[in-house]
Amino acid sequence: MSRIKELFQRKQQQVLNVYCTAGFPELNSTLTVMQALQNSGADLIELGMPYSDPLADGPVIQASSTQALANGMTIAALFQQLESFRDTVKVPVLLMGYMNPILQYGFEKFCEAAARVGVDGLILPDLPAYEFETEYGAIVRKYGLDFIFLVTPETSEERVRKLDSLSSGFLYAVSSSSTTGGDKDFTAVENYLHRLQQMKLQNPVLVGFGIKDKSTFASAGKYANGAIIGTAYIKALEESAGDVSGATKQFLGAILG
Amino acid sequence: MTATYQQPDAQGYYGSFGGAYIPEMLHRNVEELRSRYLEIMEEASFQKEFQQLLRDYVGRPTPLFLAERLSKAYNTNIYLKREDLNHTGAHKINNAIGQVLLAQRLGKKRIIAETGAGQHGVATATVCALKGIECIVYMGVKDIERQAPNVARMKMLGASVRPANSGSQTLKDATNEAIRDWINNPSDTHYVIGSVVGPHPYPDMVARFQSVISAETRSQLKAATGSELPGYMIACVGGGSNAAGAFYHFLDEPKVKLVAVEAAGLGVSSGMSAATTQLGTPGVLHGSKSLVMQTADGQVVEPHSISAGLDYPGIGPLHAHLFKSGRGIFLSATDQQALDAAFNLCKLEGIIPALESSHALAALNELKLKADDVAVICLSGRGDKDLATYMKAMEQKG
Repeated sequence: MSRIKELFQRKQQQVLNVYCTAGFPELNSTLTVMQALQNSGADLIELGMPYSDPLADGPVIQASSTQALANGMTIAALFQQLESFRDTVKVPVLLMGYMNPILQYGFEKFCEAAARVGVDGLILPDLPAYEFETEYGAIVRKYGLDFIFLVTPETSEERVRKLDSLSSGFLYAVSSSSTTGGDKDFTAVENYLHRLQQMKLQNPVLVGFGIKDKSTFASAGKYANGAIIGTAYIKALEESAGDVSGATKQFLGAILG
Repeated sequence: MTATYQQPDAQGYYGSFGGAYIPEMLHRNVEELRSRYLEIMEEASFQKEFQQLLRDYVGRPTPLFLAERLSKAYNTNIYLKREDLNHTGAHKINNAIGQVLLAQRLGKKRIIAETGAGQHGVATATVCALKGIECIVYMGVKDIERQAPNVARMKMLGASVRPANSGSQTLKDATNEAIRDWINNPSDTHYVIGSVVGPHPYPDMVARFQSVISAETRSQLKAATGSELPGYMIACVGGGSNAAGAFYHFLDEPKVKLVAVEAAGLGVSSGMSAATTQLGTPGVLHGSKSLVMQTADGQVVEPHSISAGLDYPGIGPLHAHLFKSGRGIFLSATDQQALDAAFNLCKLEGIIPALESSHALAALNELKLKADDVAVICLSGRGDKDLATYMKAMEQKG
């Protein structure tokens, strides 16, 4: 059983997935950040692979990607950093990124390396369902990786069901049609989350985008299995002044405490 | 639906290039467009309004001009398709009108666009002013500094110009910001992409709106020479919208050689170039799979060209397919070759061309045309916007 499935069997509520950018704030802080997240209570880690043109991300996460690229982060360097990360990090880890760098690295070679170092699944927002079904999905499955699709309030019920059937691990519910870090009224999305809940999907649902503190995390937990925090954590890291562990502990403490 | 050179397959692929590599947040907008663009474009009322505006507002048909002195200089027969005579000074307006009319029929109240040099931004702002629709144009901070007159034009026309601060602060980043705006405004906004790039159906839709260039060329050439088909159709390519329009009705006519001229910048191997087919590798940029200029690690690089309109690290999937299949002849011209070709056209024909179009003109030196060949060059725009660059070149020549 995959680590992600195991997690959701053990825990169906208030599951916390935290996003961080590989190679940020320093090239070699990737592992330190992941360890700090695990030690401060994150149930899952979504590790972003920096890209020059990250369409689905807002300015805060893009700035962290630009910094990580300037620090020298590459996919090859990331896999070196992750070579023995499973010695210390036990929580499920997802790689999030964009198709272009992965195509350059080689899609199959990428999946092979991800599985070998102990990564559990992938979130690739610009890999569409059609291409996943016809070309890439078989490769993802061959290496035993979970694959997580996104749904939005604009996604039709029929399409939600289709994306649910293509996903494994969980389904990523974007809480408003917005790039990451958007600041929309959270109560406005509760209807949508309620609708997803009523659909009795095969995968657990995590809510991403717009979760930034204890109260938004709690609201998401009412209708979904948990939430994903990204922008707010990257901001906290930006302000960490080098103390990644302290900043992470303080940030997650405020949400989970 | 099977793919021809003209027509992508049902998923938007030209050969192995195209598709719609978009995040789910864009799916509804893109799907709405995909499922309705052909039906709307075929409506009689749409066609009536579109054709009328092309005629009475843009000034179409644009002339097909036999450039006699240029022909003599190259000992061949050269016709210029005068897109430079369009309202706003370039071919960009053909597509801007088409998309704004389409957006109105989709019930959209707000138009966004990206622009590099500002030509597409000006064209879109123009049509939005004409139709009384809100217009927001994203433009890289660096381009805003470099293209002050076009920024002023857009503002005069009532558009708001929003600076793109992210990444390299140029066209590709303006495109990213426009896409983000669309993600954040999923119901009332239409994104007018200015070239044959982006997710399906944009490359096909923009090519169709620009195809008026080759439709007119066919009938004008028939009247002038007795044959609808030139030996050569020559156009510059950045993203590739004027080339797509100039090639469109000749794509499935194998007798017509299609010549696409990219910007070599300081030279294809100089590290300062925008010749995507020469330097690019397959990748995904701005929602479609095509050839992309990028590092070995898959980060998109900043290209260089003296011409802001060709300064793009990708190329439309149609053109990537024409390159890969061998249907198109892909040449390149350096900054200096384009400048020389521009001054040559001024001197021989009394036409100041845009720097983009000058790249197409520069190809004449490489093509070795014969005395009985007929070549059409798409003169995609006029050179007013490039005067600062031309003045600098004249100073340097002394």
